[in-house]
Amino acid sequence: MRDVAIIGVGMNKWGELWKQSIHEIFVEAALEAIDDAGVDHIDSMYVGCMSGGLFNGQEHLASVLADYLGVASIPAARVESACASGGLAVKCGILDVMSGASDIVLVGGVEKMTDVSGDAATFALATAADQEYEVYQGVTFPGLYAMMAHAHMHKYGTTSAQLAAVAVKNHANGSKNPLAQFPQLITVDDVLNSVMIADPLHILDCSPITDGAAAAVICSLETTKRIDKKPIVKFTGFGHATASIALHSRSDLTTLTATTEAGNRAFKMAGRTPADIDVIEVHDCFTIAELMVLESLRFFEPGQAGPATEAGLTQIDGKIPVNASGGLKSKGHPVGATGVAQIIEITKQLRGEAGDRQVKNARIGMTQNMGGSGGSTVTHIMEVI
Amino acid sequence: MAIPNYWRSIPQRYRYEAAKCTGCGKIFFPPRIVCDECASRSFETINLSRYGKIVTFTVIRIAPSQFVDQAPYPIGIVELNDGIKICTQIADCNPDDLKIGMPVRLEFRKISQDGTPGIIQYGYKAVPVK
Amino acid sequence: MAGIVGYGAYIPRNRIRVADIAKTWGADAPSYERGLLLKEKSVPSPDQDTITMSVEALRNALQRAKIDAQKIGALYIGSESHPYAVKPSGTVVAEAINAIPDCHCADYEFACKAGSESMFVALSLVEAGQVEYAVGIGADTSQGAPGDALEYSAAAGAAAFIMGKTNVLAEAVVTYSYMSDTPDFWRREHEFYPRHAGRFTGEPAYFSHTIGATKGILEKAGMKVSDFKHVVFHQPNGKFPLRVGKMLGFTPEQLEVGLLTPTLGNTYSAASPLGLTAVLDIAEPGDQILMVSYGSGAGSDAFIWKVTDKITAVQNAAVKTRTLLDENKVYIDYGTYAKYRGKIRMNDNN
Repeated sequence: MRDVAIIGVGMNKWGELWKQSIHEIFVEAALEAIDDAGVDHIDSMYVGCMSGGLFNGQEHLASVLADYLGVASIPAARVESACASGGLAVKCGILDVMSGASDIVLVGGVEKMTDVSGDAATFALATAADQEYEVYQGVTFPGLYAMMAHAHMHKYGTTSAQLAAVAVKNHANGSKNPLAQFPQLITVDDVLNSVMIADPLHILDCSPITDGAAAAVICSLETTKRIDKKPIVKFTGFGHATASIALHSRSDLTTLTATTEAGNRAFKMAGRTPADIDVIEVHDCFTIAELMVLESLRFFEPGQAGPATEAGLTQIDGKIPVNASGGLKSKGHPVGATGVAQIIEITKQLRGEAGDRQVKNARIGMTQNMGGSGGSTVTHIMEVI
Repeated sequence: MAIPNYWRSIPQRYRYEAAKCTGCGKIFFPPRIVCDECASRSFETINLSRYGKIVTFTVIRIAPSQFVDQAPYPIGIVELNDGIKICTQIADCNPDDLKIGMPVRLEFRKISQDGTPGIIQYGYKAVPVK
Repeated sequence: MAGIVGYGAYIPRNRIRVADIAKTWGADAPSYERGLLLKEKSVPSPDQDTITMSVEALRNALQRAKIDAQKIGALYIGSESHPYAVKPSGTVVAEAINAIPDCHCADYEFACKAGSESMFVALSLVEAGQVEYAVGIGADTSQGAPGDALEYSAAAGAAAFIMGKTNVLAEAVVTYSYMSDTPDFWRREHEFYPRHAGRFTGEPAYFSHTIGATKGILEKAGMKVSDFKHVVFHQPNGKFPLRVGKMLGFTPEQLEVGLLTPTLGNTYSAASPLGLTAVLDIAEPGDQILMVSYGSGAGSDAFIWKVTDKITAVQNAAVKTRTLLDENKVYIDYGTYAKYRGKIRMNDNN
């Protein structure tokens, strides 16, 4: 099996992109990635998109996007695993290169969420939950994470202020990211005084509705020898796992088993442990998610991620910098693009190109991208060589 | 929910029919055709208990349009006496009085409707047991 | 002898005070409270309707009857607020209690008499030996037009009765029906709120038919007013049943237990059936009960029930009607009431 490197990244400024269509957003990011890689062609393409059908009335996105990118003859596929679609696209691209079937692959993600009303967007996102036995009953995505938060608080004594500390930290990081949708600084009081969405989650505990795309060019390690691109970042591990889609079907509501499994697989493949990781991007769709992910990946013991966040251990200069990009919370969360944007952030951190939010001496980075209420997770470990 | 889909699930929504694995006794709600515990494909139909307790809950304050007239409404995960957990609204209560562990009972309620001209979809909601 | 083998009630927990309705319309609350002998009424939540209340009332009845629902051969629901104009309520209820598929099912409508009508037919089928058990339900989430006199009383509730021949709680001694074409109250197809003929709903309508049915059944049974421990009349407000009782020679004590309207409101098809459940909750073996319904349009069904010694064992097997009426209630304001009852104009997508 061949080693796989990442040689180009591209991402636009995220937000409410009223003037751009889904293809324009994607093509902009893809061209930037291709230019950054300095390649003259791509052999194949994988694009993560959760719901072109419900957000844009457009399925068959692989053809649409390949066509608008001007590469229409290549094999292309759109992959879907709810909010983990982007991470899954990266994994599919890695497998394609590893197998030798393709050499240079574009992996990307896109979501154009503001073409529909807020109610329609809520419906589209809720299709990532169990339609028949969760959504039918009137639950929303904030509601599902709120139930996890309440269970976590009940079991471990996690506080609303600890949840707020996640949002405060991620906005502080995002304020240093020129591509972030909400770069403004916020305080714990801002979060606690913001409107309640689903108790105990306030609106500032929630990631936003975002238009955006992200893309990366990956290739075999041999191919990087022909390309003048330094330093080279390569994938040393990845993991992918599923869990029951319905929250109520899980035995423990305070842990994310798919994240633990996907994490273990990536650690084993890379021969690493959490202690080796210098910087990590995790799926903070809600503040409670960041805490539960960090505990499920064993960066902290169960119940300890909240106190650790409050103590500053997850800041850029902390013991384990988490979501230096601003995370989904501040950077935005165009669902299909999120997993690819995490890969981009780690690439920039490992290349030393992260500007004001650069983590010092970052050599080994990790991403964790999660679908639904934790029903799927894709992880990657990347190292600079 | 589409009418055929709703119709198929009436035994679950109205009278809590579940599948009990004849191999290992594990209960599935809704029913499945293969057991994830022992891989058996043989099940018997049982009716779940209407009684249980709250495992976790939240209060939905920003509701999807078909539930707006009921917002804010509590919704939670309830573990029924058979050990099966379900997601359900918790009706007829003051949200401030709810607590994890509180005993509840399932009642038959309207869940949603396809606008005023469309069909009415029924199902279960939990209510606190005094 | 055939009779009731199980009974159950359901009343939503929301209440609105007559005074709060009067305040909204600038009306004089004390005169309404005195005139109707009515303090407050029940209001269904947005997730409750005739079908949901029928299911819960019938589940309570099944807890008392302790029979296999598969043996129920007929199920009837009487209501003037069936959720669908076309599509039966009864099929939903039969599915919920697992009485399907071997069951005859129909929805009845006869203004406030529809509940007793379903009881009458269910009882008759059992008496005829057509089915082993039959269910009769009266349920309503009735609506009065905003500001109309009916808005002060139109309430929600359900009562369910399982009729059978074994382990009978109350035997049906005699039944009798009395009717004529009297247009005192109606709702035309596609109209949201009913209309009524004002004071014409009194003497020629409610009183004439209630008295006719009462006299008719007493004569048929060869019984007299003093033979009854309890009497339950249709109760569109608190005043009418007391007055008709007095006109017929009943004492206030005979009416007291079954008169729920002053704090419940008029539950239409469920009104006299709910009164009967309240009586059965406290009845003693040997008690004789007279029940006379009234439905506009117009007619009355009368029943004489004789309580058996089986009653005491089941009274506590399910929630009692007075508990539903007096405990766990919450008061809502007129705005919430208007929202719950669909009286506020919304955008189409809601």
